Amino acid sequence: MSDNIEQDQEVDLEEQQVLDAIAVELPGFSRDVHQLLPVLQKIQHTHGYLPRDSMVMVAAHFAVAAAKVFGIATFYNQFRFNPPGRHPIKVCLGTACHVKGGEIILENFTRRLGIEEGETTQDREYSLERVACVGCCALAPVVVVGEKIESYVTPSKVEGVITEIEIQNEIAEREKAKDEQQSDSE
Amino acid sequence: MSSNPTPNEILSELTQAAEKQWQALQNPAVPVIYVGHATCGRAAGSQETIDGFKDALEEKGLEAEIITVGCLGHCYAEPLVTIHYPGFPPLMYQKVGAGEARVLVNSFIQGGEDPCFEYLLGALEPNDTFPTLMDYPRYLYEKRVIMDQCGLIDPHSLDHYLAVGGYQSLAKVLEKGDKWVVEEIKSAHLRGRGGAGFPAGIKWDIARQAEKTPKVVICNGDEGDPGAYMDRTLMESNPHQVLEGLAIAALAIGASRAVLYIRAEYPLAVSTIEQAIAAAKECNLLGDRILGTDFSLEVSVFQGSGAFVCGEETALIQSIQGNRGMPRYRPPYPAVEGLDGLPTVINNVKTLSTVPAIVRKGSHWFRNIGTEKTPGTAIFSVVGDVEYAGLVEVPMGVSLEHLIFEVCGGIKDGKPFKAVQIGGPSGGCLPESELSTPIDFDSLRQAGAMMGSGGMVVMNDETCMVEVARYFIDFTQHESCGKCTFCRVGTRHLLEILKGLTKGEGSDDDIAELQTLGEEIIKGSLCSLGKTAPNPVLTTLRFFKDEYLAHYREHRCPALMCRDLIAYYIDLETCARGCDACVACCPTEAIFTTSNRKKAIDQEKCVKCGECVYACPPEYDAVRKVSPPEMVPDQGIKPLDKEEEENNE
Repeated sequence: MSDNIEQDQEVDLEEQQVLDAIAVELPGFSRDVHQLLPVLQKIQHTHGYLPRDSMVMVAAHFAVAAAKVFGIATFYNQFRFNPPGRHPIKVCLGTACHVKGGEIILENFTRRLGIEEGETTQDREYSLERVACVGCCALAPVVVVGEKIESYVTPSKVEGVITEIEIQNEIAEREKAKDEQQSDSE
Repeated sequence: MSSNPTPNEILSELTQAAEKQWQALQNPAVPVIYVGHATCGRAAGSQETIDGFKDALEEKGLEAEIITVGCLGHCYAEPLVTIHYPGFPPLMYQKVGAGEARVLVNSFIQGGEDPCFEYLLGALEPNDTFPTLMDYPRYLYEKRVIMDQCGLIDPHSLDHYLAVGGYQSLAKVLEKGDKWVVEEIKSAHLRGRGGAGFPAGIKWDIARQAEKTPKVVICNGDEGDPGAYMDRTLMESNPHQVLEGLAIAALAIGASRAVLYIRAEYPLAVSTIEQAIAAAKECNLLGDRILGTDFSLEVSVFQGSGAFVCGEETALIQSIQGNRGMPRYRPPYPAVEGLDGLPTVINNVKTLSTVPAIVRKGSHWFRNIGTEKTPGTAIFSVVGDVEYAGLVEVPMGVSLEHLIFEVCGGIKDGKPFKAVQIGGPSGGCLPESELSTPIDFDSLRQAGAMMGSGGMVVMNDETCMVEVARYFIDFTQHESCGKCTFCRVGTRHLLEILKGLTKGEGSDDDIAELQTLGEEIIKGSLCSLGKTAPNPVLTTLRFFKDEYLAHYREHRCPALMCRDLIAYYIDLETCARGCDACVACCPTEAIFTTSNRKKAIDQEKCVKCGECVYACPPEYDAVRKVSPPEMVPDQGIKPLDKEEEENNE
């Protein structure tokens, strides 16, 4: 329990930092209401998500009702309202991917990571999303892990994708430990 | 006073330098390696391929030029690599990973001894030694107009585009004038390729004659149809062709502003187009006083945010204006009152990409391709259970059968054809009996499907039509903007019925309800999203009614797809002792070893992912799939540990 409280505090602190950064960025953006979507996109691009209060700030910037900004952000599929994981996973559910078992792939990720679509794991390592179509239909089913597109994904490849990330993490940690040891001995 | 140079003269100066560069590339001094590096190439691992070539070349100390190109449409063969070795015709290789790249460097690029026939797809030029791509059925039947240069030129090089005749149509229109080009497009009878098929020339004429100024042109690259990706490919593989078409459209209607609306899910398309705009501006092909004339055009990119309804033009305009993308009643049409109330022409990426070719070769040439009512070509993304999945450009009017079986090689693994889904959520599923339908806007609509944006998903007998209908309604239900009650609530109700059917629940009344409600939604919706949403349900009901009946009357899914109605078991007769392939692959550890070391599936743990079917070696082929689930025979077996436990008791 105490762990969760600590984690929540950490998230709050982080969100405050994001909001502070947005407060600095906002005056640099145009106040033309045509730029509303692009500004939301820029914020999400920089920080990975739209914190609740950032939308209130955007509303003030454009001098429109906060409800309008909320309405827009929730209307479009692109926007997310919680921080993404370090390894965002997007499962494509276009027609070709669906016919080839995309739904089962998504389910496998859900089971493996213990989160539902739209959520982020507690350790902030992974987040899971479904996307309408990434346009790689000839190589279906397709999953986008970070920036990389994995093609011809099978249920057992799901395990492989996660294991690969875990191995990379482990290697990175070992390297880091080695570096620290070295700098300590120096 | 010396006369100012004409647009043509300014352009030919640019072109001359580009052609010189291009000629050098056609007769290379060192080997040139072209790697297909569009999104589909990248998904198949083209970055690893490039790295593989670089490493191997460096190791051997060899010199070669690596050029990244777009997508040729042969997506089934990605990563695609073309090697132009001095003295050989350009040779195209398929499925070239990092390992194959190394082999190609060692045996071909080093010394030119062995051109590695085993990876060869074909040569790009006629020759005596190698089969050429043009002799393959796919090329023989294809007619490439818009995709002519895709996969052959570097999309990031303005020079490549100039060298193959780029921007000459724009220069021609700058000299001949707006009236001339509108007439030319009108007489070519170019119909909008976004799906509706409205004559582009007429749309342009309306906007040209509108009095209000300034005017706007929008390129619609929102391609939200799941299963379609030709717009993405065109923007990634030949962005300047889109821009040239856009500039001509702007000139034709007298617009000073152009917007490319591209969906944010296509980051590579966005960056490629942005880079192309900057390059064209630098050479005065876009921007202020284009090619020394009075014509100026400000071009910008607007990223769509992933709402399917924004493909509809009035919704698209709303989203640029900073609102929810909700369509409005037309008229007034955008050509009269569009973005910010200004006359606005919205054309699809494919429509604009066709324009330069029409201007260059004339409306008469264009009308000779395709059918009388719909001249020109159509690009389809043929995907699903088809042998050669990818993009195909064929003349309008060829039959579906021809396209699927001749051009794309028929159904994968020799399985039977069941249906083809055309036009995404707006389209329908057509069975074998409709395969002779010619492909054009009007005949497809008559058959109950739609051209849509040209997505085509081919399905074999393992795809359940009820489930496909459920999938599309789930999509449109989610994407409905909610303005019209029929679309918002009606599709929701359709979805509930279909969900029930895929679980084996339902009645004859439900089937009747699907039919009448489907027809009512079409009548009661404002925009094309609602007007076409029931199409997948209505066509599957029309052609595959038996399948619907089997679901609720017999609790059986004939295609063995609906997961609530199927079950897997392992046939003990054919299961091998000691083989653990299925146990290793099962994500839920549902497969256990029995006392005689054969395997069995714990039905309670099984999530029916079907992975064991693929894992089971073909020589045993022991995993069976049945529907209804009660058909699993009682084999009376328990996990080994449980059995021992009981024995001990």
